[in-house]
Amino acid sequence: MSTHAEDRYYVPHDSHWPIVGSAGLLLLMVGVSAWLNGAETGFWVMIAGFAVMIYMLAGWFGTVIGENQNGVYNLQVDKSFRMGMMWFIFSEVMFFAAFFGALFYARNMSVPWLGGESNNFFTNSVLWQGFEATWPTNGPGEVGGDFTVMGPMGLPLINTAILLTSSVTVTIAHHALIAKHRGTLKLMLALTFLLGFIFVGLQAYEYVHAYQDLNLKLTTGIYGSTFFMLTGFHGLHVTIGAIMLFIIWLRVMRGHFTPEKHFAFEATAWYWHFVDVVWVGLYVFVYWM
Amino acid sequence: MASTVADAIKEHDDHHGPAKGIKRWLFTTNHKDIGTLYLIFSLVMFFIGGAMALVIRTELMQPGLQFVHPEFFNSMTTMHALIMVFGAVMPAFVGLANWMIPMMIGAPDMALPRMNNWSFWILPVAFGILLSTLFMPGGAPAGGWTMYPPLILQTGDAFPFLIFSVHLMGLSSIMGAINIIVTILNMRAPKMSLLQMPIFVWMWLITAYLLIAVMPVLAGAVTMLLTDQFFGTSFFQAAGGGDPVMFQHIFWFFGHPEVYIMILPAFGVISEIIPTFARKPLFGHDSMVYAGSSIAFLSFIVWAHHMFTVGMPLSGQLFFMFATMLIAVPTGVKVFNWVGTMWKGSMTFETPMLFSLAFVFLFTIGGFSGLMLAITAADIQYHDTYFVVAHFHYVLVPGSIFALMAGAYYWLPKWTGYMYNETAGKWHFWTSTIFVNLTFFPMHFVGLAGMPRRIPDYSTQFADFNMMASIGAIGFGLSQLIFVYVLLTAKKGEKATDVVWDNPVGLEWTVPSPAPYHTFDTPPGEDVIRSHSHSSH
Repeated sequence: MSTHAEDRYYVPHDSHWPIVGSAGLLLLMVGVSAWLNGAETGFWVMIAGFAVMIYMLAGWFGTVIGENQNGVYNLQVDKSFRMGMMWFIFSEVMFFAAFFGALFYARNMSVPWLGGESNNFFTNSVLWQGFEATWPTNGPGEVGGDFTVMGPMGLPLINTAILLTSSVTVTIAHHALIAKHRGTLKLMLALTFLLGFIFVGLQAYEYVHAYQDLNLKLTTGIYGSTFFMLTGFHGLHVTIGAIMLFIIWLRVMRGHFTPEKHFAFEATAWYWHFVDVVWVGLYVFVYWM
Repeated sequence: MASTVADAIKEHDDHHGPAKGIKRWLFTTNHKDIGTLYLIFSLVMFFIGGAMALVIRTELMQPGLQFVHPEFFNSMTTMHALIMVFGAVMPAFVGLANWMIPMMIGAPDMALPRMNNWSFWILPVAFGILLSTLFMPGGAPAGGWTMYPPLILQTGDAFPFLIFSVHLMGLSSIMGAINIIVTILNMRAPKMSLLQMPIFVWMWLITAYLLIAVMPVLAGAVTMLLTDQFFGTSFFQAAGGGDPVMFQHIFWFFGHPEVYIMILPAFGVISEIIPTFARKPLFGHDSMVYAGSSIAFLSFIVWAHHMFTVGMPLSGQLFFMFATMLIAVPTGVKVFNWVGTMWKGSMTFETPMLFSLAFVFLFTIGGFSGLMLAITAADIQYHDTYFVVAHFHYVLVPGSIFALMAGAYYWLPKWTGYMYNETAGKWHFWTSTIFVNLTFFPMHFVGLAGMPRRIPDYSTQFADFNMMASIGAIGFGLSQLIFVYVLLTAKKGEKATDVVWDNPVGLEWTVPSPAPYHTFDTPPGEDVIRSHSHSSH
């Protein structure tokens, strides 16, 4: 048997983190469910679940980072991590696809059909008389009352520019990492997650504006549902991505990553680009068209 | 530098034996331990789901209401399906994948062993939550496993628990699938080409891709149910511009690939077993790969055949009808290849082969009734009748479950190091096969005659066939106890040789029986791989 690291498979030792994660998920899910059912204690169980999950994530990632810094991972492990991250991002793409699918179905099928298109003349004339299919809409029942549409200009356009810029800065940071320009790397990476957090902040401001001034809410029929669910899940992903970038930045400050080996940096950058691409889709189909 | 890295690896690398006691099972990163956990978990779920099936069949033994409240009956049909699909069949195949894929491709373990542990340990949480709903105000979910709104929104306290348990099942499946893909693509022995991989590995590669593509869509669908219920969204409410039918489209976009997720690994198992007992290389090895891939592709464009009666444009009905019928072509290729493998083979009929033969025959019956259901005009008559129940139980019970049994018997000596009790295995096979047909074949007749599914009572004209089905179900349930007996006495037989069977093909037969805790420390060479593949490459 060879003693060279590259010829030999690496198998990690046992870990207690997965079972801690399962305990966290149990608390989290039971807590949220009980809370939704109206039990106040459910809220605190949910908070406890969150705490356990954060403890687990910190501990698990900490272990992996420590092992990585000690150089126990060979190229094969690196490749496994890369492939794993790519397929994880693919699963995220499919999650967003469900909500985009709902948006397209509503716009092209259910709303026109409620307006009498295809063979639905009687649906319109008997059930929803006088309803004209237009988009955006809160449906023939005008669920949520009169509202104003969130236009593509102004804040959403600024947000688009912010996110696209952050994709550029993270790429510059990557090139700086490979070129061993640590100063540029630190600056550009910091800029990236700051842009990310600014995006989330502006998004929050936009939500307040929508709720207070436009009467555009999650409960505003199918338009409000798709608008807030798509932008909301996207915002959640931006938040997670920005936290990931921040942690990568902390690791850079500690001197982690070499020009040859920096999987965590790249995985985070991929994730950031994914979040960016989803936003472009959102901007085009939710705000613009 | 090289030596310090190697030392560091030795220090961290877990190449000693398993930990002691409960810690071994809670903290393990070993693919064989995790495979065992998956298989035991799925067997427990198989019996829990089976008990629910027996509640259903007991109630339906005679017309009229006799044992359970109709609401509870509906809970039983819903929970039976959720448990069997997500708790029994899927984890059982993941268990086989965990045990066999690393051994079949010459790898030491799965690519991401800690995530592997988590994929498993999420399942007890998910099903603990799901089963706890049986004791909640309003009872367990009773709106059907397909969770159609608006009916499912009438679930009591169980509703959010149902949604989140489905989320957890999805999380587990996605992580398991990522692990399987990465293992196959990255941990495979460097000298093994893709087409040299065993068909079981190929079918799992395709299945894992399907899982990653559709489980998130299911998560999205149930999330929309949750927000419709608790946060006032209008996804499935016509008044707000949404559409309850939209849920069905999103659900079945997941749901149709899901049925192939449950059958493609079964195809893989059968493709391993038949060549061994026919003593011939697998006929049409490469075409098996292409057929499996075609089925996976087609599975994404046939979903609306589950909903021909809900209303859709004629062009949609035609498209989904023809696309569905296309699936018969690659499936036919597979059945042809299995028969071709057996043609002029030196056949023997040990338990795994018996289950495989029954699979080929009975799964094909389920496939044919599927073709009947694909015809839109006819489906409008068959929809939501017992004919549909007969159809999908033929592909799932003597299909998926029989393949799992075949696989368990086939590989059991490799796992334990001892031959199982062949006599008991044959009893298990014959009783299962007779009773499974007694249970589900009459359902075709009552279905065609118009008996609706998911109703606890029925017209008296259906009484005789229902009595037959109920007797069959009880017999089938009891027959599975023979399997438990086989497992409990699995180490009481004679010692198994390393090859176990008569010159079986596959790298798993090159390692000792029982397979050591860590199998391939170094990848096997080109000659070994070539002589242990059905491929001509």
